Amino acid sequence: MNALKKIQYNCNKATFLIEKRMLDKITLRERVELYIHLITCLPCRLFAEQSQNINQMVKQLFQKPVVKLGEDEKQQMHTLIEQEIDKEKK
Amino acid sequence: MPPNTPPLNPHKWVENHADYLFSFAFTRLNDEELARDLVQDTFFAALKRMDAFEGKSTERTWLTAILKYKIIDCYRKRSSDLKVSLREVNEPVFFEEEGHWTVEQRPTAFGIETDARINEKEFNNVLQGCMQKLPPLWLSVFTMKHVDEELTDTICAELKISASNFWVIIHRAKVNLRACLQKNWL
Repeated sequence: MNALKKIQYNCNKATFLIEKRMLDKITLRERVELYIHLITCLPCRLFAEQSQNINQMVKQLFQKPVVKLGEDEKQQMHTLIEQEIDKEKK
Repeated sequence: MPPNTPPLNPHKWVENHADYLFSFAFTRLNDEELARDLVQDTFFAALKRMDAFEGKSTERTWLTAILKYKIIDCYRKRSSDLKVSLREVNEPVFFEEEGHWTVEQRPTAFGIETDARINEKEFNNVLQGCMQKLPPLWLSVFTMKHVDEELTDTICAELKISASNFWVIIHRAKVNLRACLQKNWL
């Protein structure tokens, strides 16, 4: 396989670079390789778009309060804290 | 304490912060009991460290920072308990030997290409389910990087992984997560 074919064929490497590029720097050579790959590879272009949106959705998911403590659990925590504060005072 | 430091008020901690901290821990660990214990531990640790509070951040940020350390401790424990090497992780074959997508795993459009499906409850459920399917170490790395935006060096040091393994995990976690979403959302 010649060099260009190798780049065009390697979706494993392309997706690796897509991920790295979103979080860090990739080298000039890597940028060129990725660019060439994406021109001809629709699945990897889709991957890149989806991946970016997944990052956003994950972030959003973690910002939402999903669970709450029960009132009695809170009461218990509160009591324990008060006991601890009293201990410190002595 | 300098006079303009906003005071800490431990009598109000549970009322003001317990739900927030509990949810913070739960989303990262997916274990209610553990999350509850960590919140309690955080309050105790904070009581002992009240002298160290400099008032540079809000009370909530300060408590969250203490909780974060405790969560990372759990990540570390979990990933060493289940120290599976990258090779042993059970995942579909995504790529042919030369690196091309396999026919079964090739990405197709399933509705998240142009816009993120933010705030869609059903989609979030699928997303959450797919994240929980990742190996614990991968999920910890993924969350620390994408949600908590920690430095790569910090994550590698805390979780004792090399930089090259870090990038392999970041890549494979996403490939698996995306595939799981495509499979379960379509």
